[in-house]
Amino acid sequence: MNVAAPVRARTLGRVHVPAVTLAHGGGGKAMKDLIDDVFVRAFDNPLLAPLDDQARLDLADLKRRGDRLAFTTDSFVVDPLVFPGGDIGRLAVCGTVNDHAVGGAAPLYLSCAVIVEEGVAIDLLRRIAASMAATAREAGVAIVTGDTKVVTGACDKLFLTTTGVGVIRDGVDLRADRARAGDVVLVNGLLGDHGAAILCARGDMALETPIESDCAPLHGLIADLLAAAPGARFVRDPTRGGLATALNEIAEASGIAIEIDEQATPIREEVKAFCEILGLDPLYLANEGKIVVVAPPDEAEAALEAMRAHPLGQGAAVIGRALSGEPGRVTMRTVLGGRRIVGMLGGEQLPRIC
Amino acid sequence: MTPGGELAYEPEYLAMEIRVRGRVQGVGFRPAVWRMAHELDLGGEVMNDAEGVLVRIGGEAAAVNDFLARIAREPPPLARIDVIETHAYHGRLSSKFRIADSQAGAAHTQIAPDAAICPACAAEIVSPFERRFRYPFANCTQCGPRLSIVAGIPYDRASTTMASFAMCSACEQEYRNPADRRFHAEAIACHACGPRATLIGLDGRATSSDPDLQLYAVDAARALLRRGEIVAIKGLGGFHLACDATNAEAVGRLRRSKRRERKPFALMAADVEIMRRYCTVDADEEKLMGGAEAPIVLLRAYEPRRLPEDIAPGLRTLGFMLPTTPLHALLLNGLDRPVVMTSGNVADEPPATGNEEARERLAGIAAYALIHDREIANRVDDSLVRVMGGKPRVLRRARGFAPAPLPLPAGLKAAPPLLAMGGELKATFCLIKDGEAILSQHQGDLENAETFDDYRRSLALYAGLFDHSPVALVANKHPEYLSAKLARARVAADPGGSIEVQHHHAHVASCLAENLYPLDAPPALGIVLDGLGWADDGTIWGGEFLLADYRSYERLGLFKPVAMLGGAQAAREPWRNLYAHLTAEMWWAELRTNFAGLELLADLGRRLRSILDAMRRGGVNARKASSCGRLFDAVAAALNICRDRQAYEGEAAARLEAIVDCDAMRGGHDELAYPFSIPNMSDSGLPYIEPLAMWRAILGDLLLGTPAPLMAARFHKGLAKIVVAMACKLAARDDQGGARFETVARSGGCFQNRVLFEEIIRGLERPRFGALMVSSEGACAAYYQYGSLGREAAE
Repeated sequence: MNVAAPVRARTLGRVHVPAVTLAHGGGGKAMKDLIDDVFVRAFDNPLLAPLDDQARLDLADLKRRGDRLAFTTDSFVVDPLVFPGGDIGRLAVCGTVNDHAVGGAAPLYLSCAVIVEEGVAIDLLRRIAASMAATAREAGVAIVTGDTKVVTGACDKLFLTTTGVGVIRDGVDLRADRARAGDVVLVNGLLGDHGAAILCARGDMALETPIESDCAPLHGLIADLLAAAPGARFVRDPTRGGLATALNEIAEASGIAIEIDEQATPIREEVKAFCEILGLDPLYLANEGKIVVVAPPDEAEAALEAMRAHPLGQGAAVIGRALSGEPGRVTMRTVLGGRRIVGMLGGEQLPRIC
Repeated sequence: MTPGGELAYEPEYLAMEIRVRGRVQGVGFRPAVWRMAHELDLGGEVMNDAEGVLVRIGGEAAAVNDFLARIAREPPPLARIDVIETHAYHGRLSSKFRIADSQAGAAHTQIAPDAAICPACAAEIVSPFERRFRYPFANCTQCGPRLSIVAGIPYDRASTTMASFAMCSACEQEYRNPADRRFHAEAIACHACGPRATLIGLDGRATSSDPDLQLYAVDAARALLRRGEIVAIKGLGGFHLACDATNAEAVGRLRRSKRRERKPFALMAADVEIMRRYCTVDADEEKLMGGAEAPIVLLRAYEPRRLPEDIAPGLRTLGFMLPTTPLHALLLNGLDRPVVMTSGNVADEPPATGNEEARERLAGIAAYALIHDREIANRVDDSLVRVMGGKPRVLRRARGFAPAPLPLPAGLKAAPPLLAMGGELKATFCLIKDGEAILSQHQGDLENAETFDDYRRSLALYAGLFDHSPVALVANKHPEYLSAKLARARVAADPGGSIEVQHHHAHVASCLAENLYPLDAPPALGIVLDGLGWADDGTIWGGEFLLADYRSYERLGLFKPVAMLGGAQAAREPWRNLYAHLTAEMWWAELRTNFAGLELLADLGRRLRSILDAMRRGGVNARKASSCGRLFDAVAAALNICRDRQAYEGEAAARLEAIVDCDAMRGGHDELAYPFSIPNMSDSGLPYIEPLAMWRAILGDLLLGTPAPLMAARFHKGLAKIVVAMACKLAARDDQGGARFETVARSGGCFQNRVLFEEIIRGLERPRFGALMVSSEGACAAYYQYGSLGREAAE
């Protein structure tokens, strides 16, 4: 990133009121102060600093890194904005970074569009921006452009949209339709933590053992994994809809069946207990720091070891296999030995008892 | 009188063609006709064809008329004649009556249900002078396997799992002889040529493989049962697990190893007299068990119980059946005590059907298995029937009943072929064809992969057997029922008609159809007292008063919607419903003050109340349901019945029913009934059953230390009374002054409760309603989707 134009040093504006007002979206000095104070100060990088309408990226640098550009976008809405183990800012950076990572791309630049509701505390915004900046540093990406809008009542406190640009190394080709019968299905650790943490925080549920979100940037882990198991078919982050949904999508795309083993599927006892109380199935809870990997049998061991060697993969486990059975069907071998159909949910989890 | 005026006696000759429709193929109809014709010395022929049976008969007019009357009067036991049509016949007829070859199209015959051993076969297998003495697979046209062994079409031996057994000459002679009751009995077999029973050790212990010993395999199995062993037994449609029902230790061991905590075990006894030691068996119940269907019948057990409590923990009923096959008859022959005959599975799995499967899955439970080499093509579970209000009500429709078609009511006869895909937890499906509803056997919980595979196999089999190609698929509206999802996937892959029906409308429509309520009759009030069903508005219903016909419905009233804290978990754990009900209208602090010292409140206070509160506040898995079943759960929990958890669906309600003080119930003291009220919903204005007053009375009774059986009686009485009051109120709401409906149709799982069922019947008989209809739950779960039918037929 040696391409930024020489930055003329300028003094960053400051906000002196406690909460966001409509004036902060008006395009005038108030808005500029808000952007300066909250975002530019936090994100602090040479590409962003000029505050031009666009960030200018060096093509030659991108080309050295791989042969394809990866380009993704994602919007983030979460209630509450700050939860155990993370906040909407960390989520917004990890989400887009991980969308790159599961495709084998190295993420480089992010944009950040902000829609904020009038009345949101400036301190809260500062905290979230700081969290984004910290997460971006952790992930090795720069937030290089952005936008801010202030609305009244049209959004729930704060919505973030991040868009990312990254590069895919030559030869890397991960696709959901590449899974074959006999392939091994792995995950990098405990499932359902994020979903449980959000529900827990949202309902203001007093639990003795708080569960924290697993929100983390995963491209480092995936890079290690691909180095050890270059034949890996496919990596997916089981975010919304959880493991169950991700497996269904893979089974559907590859025309195979997948069977997982309940005992081998790592779920924290606290999450199980929490789900038991709420009547929810942890297989459908969102994750923000987990991947599902489908690897050919001869590379499964290497994939497992590579993940376990990484700080974000210490709880990695083989959870099941791809089978030649009914295409698109996901089942779970239960503790009692039965086989339960783990379907794709149309929406939320609903009681099916009649 | 002959021409010429001379008087002479000339017997009048008559020839006619007789068309018989109904269940007339594969049930010994042709040989029966053949025997009648020979007895009456008539000529002609009989054949199967696509429409049923065709008879051409000629001879003396009086004899022909007699013949016709006898066909109608004395059909073979498994036959069911729907229509007999006669036409004059002018063609040539063989003077000696014969059975002609089946005509084209005969492949589309109806397949009869499996039938329990008939008296003739039962006598044969215990007679040393018969060649099938002690033969466990004796059968004839009147009994034996049908649905359970058919693997394809047409229904003849080659397409059953009997195909691998070549008939010996003796069997072949019987098979070919129209005078024999085994004429064209497709599963015909004997010691020489048929399947064999073998006793094997499942725990690795070897048992003799000497084929001569098969004669003793059944005796050996009986000896093992006497000794207290658990034996897996391959029956007609699946494996059973059996043990001596009088041996408490064996029964307890079976419970533990099968991981079936409390769900009642079915029992089998050699005869009704043995059952009478433990239960009352009335004439209706005896007849049911002795019929070809031979279901498990829920009988009232004597108090105190004389069998181990573990057989049906907390219940006052025992499910008994008689031996259903020669194998069972021989096994129980001389055994002067009942045996447990429960499904051959672990926990909630579908029962095993294959020998290898049983070896694998049941090895940890049974030390031995009595198996045989006739394969089970289709899993067919035991049917379950309860006599209520003087009539048998099928609670689970499978062996002996399926796939017998049920007639459709007037107006629906012309309905196009439809396939109704059924529910999820007790899934069944239903084919609509030629004015009939063909219900599949009970399939089970579709979330289980094996059950789902069976369900799909059955769908394909039935489509073939009944030559059925539906113009539309009918599915439950529930977004997540696997049956409905399969329907949606099929329609997406092969676009065709698709109809989605609301769960409780389907309940009402199936009740109307079962009772042959005509399509164009005015709407009836459907009282559905049920667990849960998905509603059109995305809420959950379960205790509904619907003014409905086949085409549409209007919700007139409901049970109070109460939060299900934890969704399905609330259905499993009654204490959640209790808490939700108590705190729906009362503050926790208020409860603690007004009813201080109640064990119940102290107990609830120790639970994760604050999380449930948070769920309700935050709308986390806390949908409201207007369910009657959940009200039962809550009341049971208040009386400390299954408060923590139900071990099976409906346990809390069944156990609440079981403790009802029958004397209090019978005494006509209306003031005994717990009070409910009928206010109007603030949003829709609909009247609803509000249980608040009942809850105050229950808490008061708990403070007073009122005995639980009396409280259970007060609840049943109160609930029945308010349901009747709601029906009366809704009937009277017509502005024109007339009654809004004449007919009441009742359906839903809560009507499996005999006390409630009979109390509501009594209540509804008194006022004005002309026709009272009830659906049997088994049929309902299956043909369920009649609702759509009317719509389809009418459009």
